[in-house]
Amino acid sequence: MATVKVTTPISPEEIAKLKAGDQVFITGVIYTARDAAHKRLVELVEQGKELPFDIKDQFIYFVGPTPAKPGKVIGSAGPTTSYRMDKYSPTLLDLGLRGMIGKGSRNQEVKNSMVKNKAIYMAAVGGAAALIARSIKEAEVIAYEDLGPEAIRRLQVEDFPVIVVNDTHGNDLYEQGAAKYEIVD
Amino acid sequence: MRELHVDKIIDTVEKMVQDGNFDLGRDVENAFRKALSTEESEQGRDVLNQLLENVDIARRERVPICQDTGFAVFLVELGQDLHIVGGGLNDAINEGVRRGYKNGYLRKSIVGHPLERINTGDNTPAIIHIDIVEGDQLKMHFAAKGGGSENMSFLKMMKPSDGVEGVKDFILECVKTAGPNPCPPIVVGVGIGGTFEKAAYLAKKSLFREIGTRSEKEDIAQLEEELLEKVNKLGIGPQGFGGRTTALDVHIEIYPAHIASLPVAVNINCHAGRHKEAVL
Ligand code: SF4
Repeated sequence: MATVKVTTPISPEEIAKLKAGDQVFITGVIYTARDAAHKRLVELVEQGKELPFDIKDQFIYFVGPTPAKPGKVIGSAGPTTSYRMDKYSPTLLDLGLRGMIGKGSRNQEVKNSMVKNKAIYMAAVGGAAALIARSIKEAEVIAYEDLGPEAIRRLQVEDFPVIVVNDTHGNDLYEQGAAKYEIVD
Repeated sequence: MRELHVDKIIDTVEKMVQDGNFDLGRDVENAFRKALSTEESEQGRDVLNQLLENVDIARRERVPICQDTGFAVFLVELGQDLHIVGGGLNDAINEGVRRGYKNGYLRKSIVGHPLERINTGDNTPAIIHIDIVEGDQLKMHFAAKGGGSENMSFLKMMKPSDGVEGVKDFILECVKTAGPNPCPPIVVGVGIGGTFEKAAYLAKKSLFREIGTRSEKEDIAQLEEELLEKVNKLGIGPQGFGGRTTALDVHIEIYPAHIASLPVAVNINCHAGRHKEAVL
């Protein structure tokens, strides 16, 4: 398990070097989207319309932050549970989305799509939301302001900490980790 | 008869929901420290250290521990000799939630209709359970219940013949199914007995107990300990990355059951076990 620094956007070749279990620090732009925004994004794709941002080689962070206090860039901003996005993720991966950040397991369809499209899934520490917010330097709502916490934001991050859960080779940290520490009586 | 004005309730609730979200209970924090000394996985210890750092930042800067500042759940004990004046108790609690979530920059996470899904914009309505008790006081317990862990909750109407072994298997299966989703380390809340809705309520109620407290019933206390040990053998670990600390505790509440029924409810709480109490 390595510690790696990456900068977005990131190519399929670069992403393939990351392995399940790696600690990764992300610098650059990442986009936020959760349940309601995903629904709208996929509807746009189905209608053949353009997305509100260029998704190719980018990362999406599943998060709905708390409102920023006066003078702050953003409120607390930890990951939300990812399986609720499983229905939508393959469509976005097919368009070149390179990585997703959330917490919790993905279904087999998403895992297959990541291998096929050379993309990865990373976990941020769920509930460490005040700490995570420190690595977010800028935040701007770029679409769906009406969704409040669920609006799409462009975040500028510096050394944003995540762990690779699913890599492009089909490995899954959750499965490997639990198998390693399970005690069978 | 003692009188209590709703303004006092509103102010108290406003403060409670904020303090609860900024200042994690010492019971949870102590459980993190204890887990640090037993966790074998390096990544697991890393996670626990980050959670401790997070708690510290949230407390000092008065910002939410987690971005999911939850459904506001209240267990209320209303003394039968207390007269509330100036308005209704439910309205007062909701007004306190409204003000607290707005003024505290907490996230508004409630949609007004489960199918239409339009945000109510002020995190109301709260979930309020009221118990009428003896005395002339109003006791309110608040918990901010996150959606991620609430979604990992299960209820099964088991058969009496399933017995305690069946109950244990079901609880372990629930924790396994939840896996990394509810932000482990978790607290497992269990309700056994009563009716369908009573079991669910008991499971929720058990999560209001402090970590480390045991049931007063000796057999149930033993069951809690046994299940905690078994859950932590699953290997899920902090955040599901693998490790020894899957749960910080298991709490069980029971109630008499019908001769035909053995309802079992499992309500999982994440490590962000945010709760506050107030007596008026
Ligand atoms: S499960 Fe708990 S810690 Fe995790 S995101 Fe939800 S509220 Fe926060």
